[in-house]
Order: sequence, then structure tokens, then C-alpha cells
Amino acid sequence: MEQFAPVKRSKDGQAVRYLIVDDSVFARKNLARMIETFGGQVAGEAGDGLTAISEFDRTHPDIVLMDITMPQMEGIEAAEKIVQAHPEARVVMVSSVGYQENIVAALQRGARHFVQKPVKPEVLYEVIKYVMGEDGSVAGAAGAGA
Amino acid sequence: MKMELIQPFINAADAVLSQGLQGTTKVGNLSMEEDAYCRKGVAGMVALTGDIEGRIILDLEPQTALRVASHYAGADLPESDTLIKETIFELANQVVGNAVSALNDQGFHFRVHPPLLLTSAEGDKTSEDVEALMICFETSLGNVFMNVALRYNKRRMSDHAAVGAKAGRG
Repeated sequence: MEQFAPVKRSKDGQAVRYLIVDDSVFARKNLARMIETFGGQVAGEAGDGLTAISEFDRTHPDIVLMDITMPQMEGIEAAEKIVQAHPEARVVMVSSVGYQENIVAALQRGARHFVQKPVKPEVLYEVIKYVMGEDGSVAGAAGAGA
Repeated sequence: MKMELIQPFINAADAVLSQGLQGTTKVGNLSMEEDAYCRKGVAGMVALTGDIEGRIILDLEPQTALRVASHYAGADLPESDTLIKETIFELANQVVGNAVSALNDQGFHFRVHPPLLLTSAEGDKTSEDVEALMICFETSLGNVFMNVALRYNKRRMSDHAAVGAKAGRG
């Protein structure tokens, strides 16, 4: 898998920490492999929305990658609950169901971005940089040393 | 079965498989299935409800499923690995998700249900209003079969038509 310039947290230069939420083990493993290529760290995993909320409280990740269609509690509702409790939370929806209605609903209820499956690493990488904004920095980026 | 319903699923499967397997995918045989569904190997089924109802089955012969799952995992998996089933589920999810996204943008509304593993050798016999189309995708790792059985939900569609007519009069 392609390697990317690591995205670090600006405040302490540490790896960006991710919570991966997907009912598919396959999808979680796939995302975890991509995160490694971004220089990130998996802080936790969850297979449904309810567990995602408790895992967020436990791990306080920098970014949540959240599926939509899941058992117990779907991703959009879980994202809303997380953002209500933690307005600073950065939730990126990652779903194969990428129609306009779903995207709008997710963004209205607190998600910062939407990535459609199958996930292209280069797309997710750009979204991570965008969502981290000034709280993230790319190690070895031209702008830093120019 | 209307081709306008099927085409988004063919396009989605083609795109998902081409991207995931990093190779070209060729759409091979298409055939109508009138008898009960006969499972070929590892088969994941995703049901749809809403304006269009039915199900999609993604079915791979065991050795093809093993090769595909190993490709995604980046390592050779043992034949018994649960990741094989998970991989087929996720591929089915991605195909259905991408297809319903396209159909939703045309005004159809759905609920996509979590994938189920087909374990019996034979599935339900298709009825006259739910014909099934079997499409074979030829990939570098083997053939991937997609069985699509969909129909318009007449009640939901007539509700839409009534609302549209009322809005048109209003």
C-alpha cells in the first residue's frame, strides 16, 4: 500500500489517533491499514453506534471514521450524540451509501466530512488533512521548511 | 425486470471490483434465473426495502473467495478464515451502497439491510414479478457472480405518483 507523508498533531507532534467504527471487520482492518500509511494510530474500534459512543469517551480520539449502516445504532445518530457531548469531535462518515440525502443528514447532524466506499487512500488522506485543519501538520511538508 | 434498475448495480459492481482488485473487470454472461437460486460458494445477500424491493447476492466459488479475501488482506489467508466471509459481505455492501446512491439521486428511496450469509445450497424460487438476473464478472482472481432480483414497490410508487400529482395541481 502506498505510503503518505505522516499527518501529526500540531500541538505535540504525536500521531493522529483514530476511532474506527464499522460493523464489518474487513472494513475496520482495511481502514486501519490505511491509517498506518498516514502515520496515524488506531485508538479504538467499534462495531456499532452505541459502542462508538462509549469508545469515544474512553479513548478521546482526534478523528472518528464512522460507517452509517450498522446494528443497534446507526452511524449518523451516533455521530450526532458524540458531537452533542463533545462539540470539538471530528467525525468523518465512511459509507458505501453516498447519496445526497445521507450526506446532508450526516453533515447537518455534526459530521465534518463524508467519504464514499470503496475508500481510495488518497481521498481519505486529503479529507484527514482538511478535517484536522490547523490542528494537524504534515511531516516534511514543503511549506514547513520552505 | 427493468434494465434501468439493474444497470446501476452492474456499474457499481464493475467499479468496486476494478478498484478493489486493481485490475480490469469484464462483464461476462448475463442470464435470467427462473428457478431457485443455486449457491456457488461464499455468498452474501443484501436486502433492499423501499421504493424498490428485493435482494442482491454476491457469490464467489470458494477458491475465488479465498484469493479475493487474501488480496484485500494483503496476505494469504487460511481457507477457514472468517475474513473471507467478511470480505464478501463488505463487497456486497459496497456494490449495493454505490448502486442505491445512484438510484436515490434519481428519486428512489431505500433502506439497505445488513448483509446475510447464504448457507443453504438453494435459495427462494423467484416469482413472476421478481425475476432474477445473474451477471458474471470476470476478474483476474476468478469469476464473481451477482444475482439481482428487484421489483418496484407498487404501493410506494403509487404514493409518490399521488403526491406528485397533488403537488402538480397545487
